[in-house]
Amino acid sequence: MNKIKTILRGKFFFIFGPFIFLWLLRYIIPNYTISSKTPHWAYIPPKSCLGGCGSIDGLIPFVDWTNALIQFLRKYEIFGLFTFRDFTRGIASYVDKFLDFTEAVLHKGFPGYDVGPLPWIFILTLTIILGFYLRGWRLALLGGACFSYLILFSKRGIWELSMKSLAAISVSAPLAALIGLCLGILAVKRKRFANFLWPMLNILQSLPHFSYLILVVIFVGIGTKAGVIATVIFAFPPMARLTILGLQNISQEIKEAGVMAGCTKWQMLFKVEIPAARSPIMLGVNQVIMQCLAMIVIAAFIGQPGLGHDLLIRLQGLRLGEAFEIGVAVVLIAITLDRYSQALALKEPERREGNFVKRNPYLCATFFAIIICSILVFLFPFFNEYPKELTVSASVYLDNAIKSFTRSLFVPLGIFRDWMLIYFLMPLKAVFQSMPWTGVILFVGAIGWKLGKMRLALTVMLFVFFIASSGYWVRAMITVYMVFASLIICALIGIPLGIWASKKESRTKIVLNICDIFQTFPSFIYLLPAIMLFQISDVSAIFAIVIYSSIPMVRYTVFGLRNVPQQIIEASITSGCTDRQLLWKVKMPLAFPEIILGANQTLMFALFMVMIAGFIGTVDLSQEIFRALSFSDGGKGLIIGLCVAFIGLTADRLLVEWSSQMKSKLGFKV
Amino acid sequence: MNKEAKISCKNIWKLYGEAPEKFLKNTNNNPTTEEIKKNNYIPAVRDASIDVNTGEILVIMGLSGSGKSTLLRCMSKLIEPTHGQVFFEGNDLLKASEKELIDIRRHKMGMVFQHFALLPHRTVLQNVAFPLEVQGQEIQKREERAKDVIKLVGLEGREKYYPRELSGGQQQRVGLARSLAVEPDVWFLDEPFSALDPLIRKEMQNEFLRLQSMLKKTIVFITHDFDEAIRLADRIAIMYEGLIVQVGTPEELITKPATDYVAEFTKDIPRSKLLNAESIMNEKDKKPYENTVNYSDKIEKIASKVLKSESIFSVVDDNKEVIGSVSKKELIKALFAEDKNE
Repeated sequence: MNKIKTILRGKFFFIFGPFIFLWLLRYIIPNYTISSKTPHWAYIPPKSCLGGCGSIDGLIPFVDWTNALIQFLRKYEIFGLFTFRDFTRGIASYVDKFLDFTEAVLHKGFPGYDVGPLPWIFILTLTIILGFYLRGWRLALLGGACFSYLILFSKRGIWELSMKSLAAISVSAPLAALIGLCLGILAVKRKRFANFLWPMLNILQSLPHFSYLILVVIFVGIGTKAGVIATVIFAFPPMARLTILGLQNISQEIKEAGVMAGCTKWQMLFKVEIPAARSPIMLGVNQVIMQCLAMIVIAAFIGQPGLGHDLLIRLQGLRLGEAFEIGVAVVLIAITLDRYSQALALKEPERREGNFVKRNPYLCATFFAIIICSILVFLFPFFNEYPKELTVSASVYLDNAIKSFTRSLFVPLGIFRDWMLIYFLMPLKAVFQSMPWTGVILFVGAIGWKLGKMRLALTVMLFVFFIASSGYWVRAMITVYMVFASLIICALIGIPLGIWASKKESRTKIVLNICDIFQTFPSFIYLLPAIMLFQISDVSAIFAIVIYSSIPMVRYTVFGLRNVPQQIIEASITSGCTDRQLLWKVKMPLAFPEIILGANQTLMFALFMVMIAGFIGTVDLSQEIFRALSFSDGGKGLIIGLCVAFIGLTADRLLVEWSSQMKSKLGFKV
Repeated sequence: MNKEAKISCKNIWKLYGEAPEKFLKNTNNNPTTEEIKKNNYIPAVRDASIDVNTGEILVIMGLSGSGKSTLLRCMSKLIEPTHGQVFFEGNDLLKASEKELIDIRRHKMGMVFQHFALLPHRTVLQNVAFPLEVQGQEIQKREERAKDVIKLVGLEGREKYYPRELSGGQQQRVGLARSLAVEPDVWFLDEPFSALDPLIRKEMQNEFLRLQSMLKKTIVFITHDFDEAIRLADRIAIMYEGLIVQVGTPEELITKPATDYVAEFTKDIPRSKLLNAESIMNEKDKKPYENTVNYSDKIEKIASKVLKSESIFSVVDDNKEVIGSVSKKELIKALFAEDKNE
């Protein structure tokens, strides 16, 4: 009797009890299977006719309601003057004005004044000087190499495409940074606004891109300006977050020094707080730029021309060699912009004394470079427009190389793919598809409750209920299965790699550097090798997800292991631990909370990538989103987007809470 | 109110917790320790009343968490007290408008911080000129003034350096210069030398005394180091768990500790550094002996020569008149007195 009581009180029962119970229901209820026409309500949420039995099979017609709201915003005239859509389109037309300018400078020229676009020699030279200024010759070399590639490999117009993309980024990035900065400042100054902003940022950042692309199409239209606006919506949240973080982390003393000097509120903000937080704020700018780059392919879905658009077309046509060439261009631009903006964030002001030239060497260098370049452009047409005859393209060779590579690996890869499908993916999918929604709700609720937070339990249960009642439960569970499968593989790869890397300083450095480079790749790039190796299947989707989302797993494992206090390690060694004991008895338990955070990040990355993998044909929520995109079904897109966001937020809430509780038990600062 | 007082604090309370004003009101502004604890309030400052006199160095000392920094911040209204009054030159600071406060801080107060609190993106010169800049002074005038103050703290030639290029001691010199740039009447120093190495700390204390001998400011100085307090203070206020336990001159604290806590604090202080010949002499013995010591000499200074010789020393005042005598016996009694008490 006592034994049963302890079992009932035990951790295991609370977490798995409700789940197992409802799983057992399948043997009690006759028509339990997914395939049966009328599954029991406890398994699949029933269809209700609250919304008039429309096209959506939901318990609650969220999609219809959202569409009604969108219709209202499109049609209803505020004060009888203009609709909400007129308003958004009005804003978009301002964006268009900025775009006209950057596009003219970078690739269209000013035909009215008979002035061409900025010649390549200017862009190349100025990039190199900027690199020198920001960090030194290495950075200058990187920038120079990047733009040289764009010029040299421009047989298929990579230079023009890059300039188109850069023109869009040079409007969207500053705009997103500015919006993020202002919202961040407002949130720090007004507590109530912060309470509103945080959850908004959470949802915005976990919403898949495609779901608001549809809304952008409805309210703005298509083309470059729509792309820019979608990019801004996607890119401003990290800026707002980092601004808030930066402003909150200013040391109390510095703020007091400002107050004691007699600063007014505005002086405080502009002379003390923003400068003191400039590093995190500039890291926010770095994040914004990276997000903008990640969006260049996604914005191509709503008709933004540029590198992303051409990459997409070539991927669709399976012209992998050409896609590869463009992919390299995207990656090079991404790495260059990343390193430049990072250098800018970390740059400390330098002391220079002497005459004007000595104090401002880079200003003078820029000045002379402009004069020399102008003369060159004036004298030689070569410097104005790089001659097409001198450009090269490796796409034919690449195509051949890829073909022979995949041909030689066709059989082993095929075997591997089939083995994965039959013995790992399909059984796992079956497990997830037979999970009753009621059981899942109880499951997440039980974990939340076990973590000791009633509010947390209710929140996550509400999230799951939303997904279940929206009518996309079956699809959502396929998404969950894909994410979960990827998470397992990521852990199997990432944790050992992290352990290996954390053993030596030199390894850590190399591995973290590789992680850095991989993380700068725009996500669509990962589809390239996936299609090359596994054609179109669940395996290729999971392959793409795994390479993309192993990065945080490795990073957090290394971080956790390397952050074990040196004293504890020394104490263990002097107690006579072997290397293995040290790892498993000391380091791993202490690094575990960090590894859980890594798993959480991996999950977020995977969820994000699943949505993109929908492009190569998976049957989960992402496919529905793509469908909604092609029908411009804003309500459906948004609701599915929220389903995805809530999957992410459910996992995020629980894992982060778990990790921070473990950390505080271990006595680490949270 | 004391006429001489530059700053006068009356019954300052600072409690952290939920709706502390209401709680204070309910307890007639005088809750007991038990009441505070029972209601989950954290008392930072409890019923502190103290005057800072014009031209004096008042050192507030206590261990970390004793509320000394909070009390200092109440004096400049960096922190709003839960209850009480702060008079600055007779005006109630807590009733002052935001504009008046900014004005007072711009012209009458200077503050030095434990971790320097320099603005990392500004050069030494720009940091020192910062308080003048926010006042709206034009660039030439303020940089001239800043250069003067930089010279005063001995950092000439470093005007164009950035804080990260300076050592801790040099950074705090910038901190001192910045707080002095506006020629404040009152100078707040919040553990200014605690973050420095012991040797540098000593050097900076000397620097501080040198500056004060020239400038004659009214000073509130926070420290947790009793040695430092004795070296610098005209008066010392000792705080314990938010209460001011005793206020007095260094000698008073050592010779007449108000509580066991103060006695415990002062126990390890070498008396030789503090007591002078006058305070230990035998007043009845006014015979002129061959050897003399001045009445104000610290024991530290005379100990070795008195202990080495077998003879008795006369204590003389500034007019060379004998006012008492010191011998081995008195010295030993003074130095080891606490053993007798135990």
